[in-house]
Amino acid sequence: MAEQQPDKGRRCMLLAASTVAGGIATVAAGVPFVASMLPSERAKAAGAPVEADISKLAPGERMTVEWRGKPVWIVRRTPEMLDTLKKNADRVSDPDSKKVMQPKYATNEARSIKPEYLVLVGICTHLGCSPVEKFAVQAEAFASDWKGGFYCPCHGSLFDLAGRVYKNKPAPDNLVVPPHKFLADGRILIGEDATDKGAA
Amino acid sequence: MAATKKEPVVIEGAGPFNAPIGGLLTWVDQRFPLMSQWKDHMSEYYAPKNFNFWYYFGSLAMVVLVLQIVTGIFLVMHYKPSAADAFASVEYIMRDVPGGWLIRYLHSTGASAFFIVIYLHMFRGLMYGSYRAPRELIWIFGMMIYLALMAEAFFGYLLPWGQMSFWGAQVIINLFDALPIIGPDLSTWIRGDFVVSDATLNRFFAFHVIAIPLAILGLVAAHILALHEVGSNNPDGIEIKQNKNAQGIPVDGIAFFPYYVVKDALGVVVFAIVFCAILFFAPEMGGYFLEYNNFIPADSLKTPPHIAPVWYFTPYYSILRAVNENFMWVLRAGVVGYAMLILFTARGCLPKLLAAMVAPVILIAMGVIEAKVWGVVLMGVASMIFFLMPWLDKSPVKSIRYKGKLSRWAMTIFVVIFLTLGYYGTQSVTDMGTLISQVGTLIYFAFFLLMPWYTQMEQTLPVPDRLTT
Amino acid sequence: MIKTHLRKLLVAMLLFPALSFGAGDHVHLDHAPINAGDTASLQRGAALFVNYCLNCHSANYMRYNRLKDIGLNDKEILDNLVFSGGKVGDLMKNAMDAGEAKVWFGAQPPDLTVIARSRASEAGSGADWLYTYLRTFYRDASRPTGWNNTTFPNVGMPHALWELQGEQEMKAQQVQGDGHKKTVDSPVLVKPGKLSGLEYDRAVADLVNYMVYMGEPGAKSRKSIGLFVLIFLCLLFPLVYALKKNFWKDVH
Repeated sequence: MAEQQPDKGRRCMLLAASTVAGGIATVAAGVPFVASMLPSERAKAAGAPVEADISKLAPGERMTVEWRGKPVWIVRRTPEMLDTLKKNADRVSDPDSKKVMQPKYATNEARSIKPEYLVLVGICTHLGCSPVEKFAVQAEAFASDWKGGFYCPCHGSLFDLAGRVYKNKPAPDNLVVPPHKFLADGRILIGEDATDKGAA
Repeated sequence: MAATKKEPVVIEGAGPFNAPIGGLLTWVDQRFPLMSQWKDHMSEYYAPKNFNFWYYFGSLAMVVLVLQIVTGIFLVMHYKPSAADAFASVEYIMRDVPGGWLIRYLHSTGASAFFIVIYLHMFRGLMYGSYRAPRELIWIFGMMIYLALMAEAFFGYLLPWGQMSFWGAQVIINLFDALPIIGPDLSTWIRGDFVVSDATLNRFFAFHVIAIPLAILGLVAAHILALHEVGSNNPDGIEIKQNKNAQGIPVDGIAFFPYYVVKDALGVVVFAIVFCAILFFAPEMGGYFLEYNNFIPADSLKTPPHIAPVWYFTPYYSILRAVNENFMWVLRAGVVGYAMLILFTARGCLPKLLAAMVAPVILIAMGVIEAKVWGVVLMGVASMIFFLMPWLDKSPVKSIRYKGKLSRWAMTIFVVIFLTLGYYGTQSVTDMGTLISQVGTLIYFAFFLLMPWYTQMEQTLPVPDRLTT
Repeated sequence: MIKTHLRKLLVAMLLFPALSFGAGDHVHLDHAPINAGDTASLQRGAALFVNYCLNCHSANYMRYNRLKDIGLNDKEILDNLVFSGGKVGDLMKNAMDAGEAKVWFGAQPPDLTVIARSRASEAGSGADWLYTYLRTFYRDASRPTGWNNTTFPNVGMPHALWELQGEQEMKAQQVQGDGHKKTVDSPVLVKPGKLSGLEYDRAVADLVNYMVYMGEPGAKSRKSIGLFVLIFLCLLFPLVYALKKNFWKDVH
C-alpha cells in the first residue's frame, strides 16, 4: 500500500469535498420535510385576521372573538374601571408594561390604542388556561380588596383591568395584547395592526 | 459487572479527534458488538471485485426503501384515511402543506422507482444464477420481499381515493370472489362492506403504513444476513471463497467498505439524477406513475371507461385477462403435454409418480371450476413461480455468461415476453391483445417449466478459475 | 452475446408503442395554445373561471390567495374575484346547493380543481381536451338543456359560455381527411355571440390556461427547483466519480 502514499492528499480532498456536498444535499433534502410541519395554508387561512363589530358593546361589558383558535377579549372599560388602573400600580408586577407583551402602540398605562377599548388574548401566561372575568369591585375569596379584573381558575393568577399580572402569582407576565386596529363604522380587526401590513 | 474487555478502537486520519472518538467507540464497543458488526458487514465483508452495472440495484433498492419510509411518515402527518376526506387531504398535501407536493411526488415516483429497481435487481439474479446453491434462501427472502412489496403497493394505491384507486381495489378484491364456495364471503370480509368503502380504506391504511412495512423491514434484514453469511455471487458465477490467500481473504474479493460504498454512492448519484428528472419534470410520467383518472374522486356508481393497474402489475394482469374458455383447452393440452414430458424423460420414480397423480387432478379441477378462477390462479402462480428457480435451473454453471445458447435465448425471449405482457396489460382489451397475451402466457410458463430440460440439454462454456472483468 | 440479444430486445420494445397507437381514440382534440408563463392570460382566465364556472362548479381545493402565484395581490383578489363576504384565504367553493344542482343537471357538477389533470389521455393533454370541449357545444333540441357537445356527447352541462361564443348547430361539412375530401357533421356558428370566433378561442385558451395552472399551482416552482436540483446533482456526479476512481486504483 506504500505506493499509494502520494495519492493520499487527493483522496482526502475528494473525501472531504464529497462529504460536504453530500451533507449539503442531505440538509437541502431535509428542508421540505421540516417545512411540512409548519402551519399549512389552511391553518394560516383559519388564523387570518378576524373582524369584530364593537359598536353594540356596552360600557363595562366584554365580548370574545376567536382568533387562531384562541379567545380574544374586547372589553369596553368605563371611566371608573380605568381609574382602578392607577390604584393597582403598586400591586402588579410590571405596571409600565416594560416587558414586550403588547404592540408598541399599546405600551401605555391602559395597554390599548383607545383607553376605552382593551383587547387581550384571553390565555393565562402561566400554563395556558383561560382566566374568567371578575369585573365587580368587591371582596373576593382570592383578594379581600378586589378592584376588578381577571382570575385564572387553574392556578389562581390575578390580572387587573389592563391584563397586568398581580405580584407573587404563578403567571410571570401580563396578558398578551394581540395586534389589532380600528376600522371604520365601529369595527375592529384582530390579528393585523395599522402600521404593519402582514398578519403578525 | 465489568464491561467486556476488547482491543481499543483506533481511528486513523481523524487528526486531533483520534483520541476522543477512539475512546468513545472503545467504550461503546465494550458494551455492544459495534466493531465486530462493522467488520462483518462492511470493512471485512469481501465482495467479488467484478460487480458490473446490474449490481447497483441492490443498494438502490435500499435507498428507495428508506425514501419511501421517510416520505411515508411525513405524508401520514397530513393524510386523512377516511372516504370523505382522503381525496381532499391529498390535494391539501399538494397545495396547502409547505413542501407537501415534493414529499407526495417523492413517494409516488418512489413507488414506481422501487419496482423498476427491484425488477432489474431480480433480472440480475436470474442472469447470473444468484438463486443457485448456496443462495436459495437469499432468493426466497428476496421473493418474499417482492410479494410484500406488491401488497404494499396495492394497499397504498387505494389511499388517494381516486377513481383508479377505487376501481382497481374493486377489481382485485373481486378476484377472490372467483374462489369456489368461500369466495363471495371472503371478498366481503376483505372489504368489510359490500362495496369498497370507508372500512376498506381504513384497513388498507393500517396494512400500508404499518403491517406490510414491518414485514418488509424484517425480510430485508433476513435477505442481507443470508447474503453476508454465504457471500455475494458475481457475473461469472464463481465462488470467490474457494480461492483465499494466506490471511484467509478471498483473492478476488475486495472489502465492501470502502470500495463498494464509494461505488454505490456513484450509483446513487446517477439514480438521483434520473429520479429527479422524472420527479420534477414529469411526475405523472405520461399517466404511468400517476394515472389521469385518479385525479377524479372515487365514485362507486361510475367506472372510468378504461381501467388498468399501475404498470408494475400489468404483466400479471395480462395473464389474468388471457384466460378465457377457449384458452382453457390450450391449458389442458399444456398440462397433458407437460405430464407426458415428465413421464417419458424424467429420471427417477418420484417425478413420474407425481406427474401421473397431479395431472389428472388438475384436469378434473379444470373441468369443474370456471375459467375466471384459473385466470386468478395463473396470475398468482406467475408471480410466485420465481420461488422455484433454485430447483428449476439444472445447469452445471450459474452465470448466463457460461450457459449455452438455449438458456440465452430463453432468457431473452422471457424478458421480451414479460415486457410485452406488461405493455398489453396497460391497454384496453382487443382480440389481438388477448391473443398476444395468451401466447405470452404460454411462453412465460414454458420459460420456467421447461428449464430443467433446456438447462441440461445445452452445451455450456468452460468456467474460468478466477474472475474475469 | 447477451448484449446483442438485449439490443434486439430494445428495438422490439421501441416498436410496441408505434404498433399500438393505430388503435387509439377517434376523438380529435385541438391543441390548446396556452402558455403557463403568461400571467395576463392566467389572470383573464381566473376572471372567466370565477364568473362563468364557479356558479355551478366548485374548486374546493384551491384557495383564492394562492392566486398570488399569477401576479395578483390580496386586495385585487378580494375586490375582483372573491364572492362578497368571503376572505382571501377561503377555498373556491361554489354558491350552489349540491342537491339543487343534482335536480337541474341530473348529476352534481364535478369539482374543477384538478379537472385539467384528470382529462389527459392518449388523445391529448387535459388542456387540449378542455380547449376542444369548450368550443364544441351545439344546439340540440333533443337534450334537456338544449345543448350537446361533440367532444363529450350527451353532456349534462349546458353551454355556460354561449353568450360569448354564440350558438352553433350541427351541419354537414366538407373536410379534408386521409387525402380525399369527405362529408362530416360538425358544429357551425349560426348566431354570433359577444366575441368573434378568434376572440372566443383566445378567451377559452385563457380559461384553460388558468385551469391547468389551478390543477397544479406549484408546477412552476416544481420545475425551477428541479432545474436547481439537477444542476447540483450533475456537479456532484464528477466529484463522486473521481472519488470512486481514486479508491478503485487500489483494486487490481
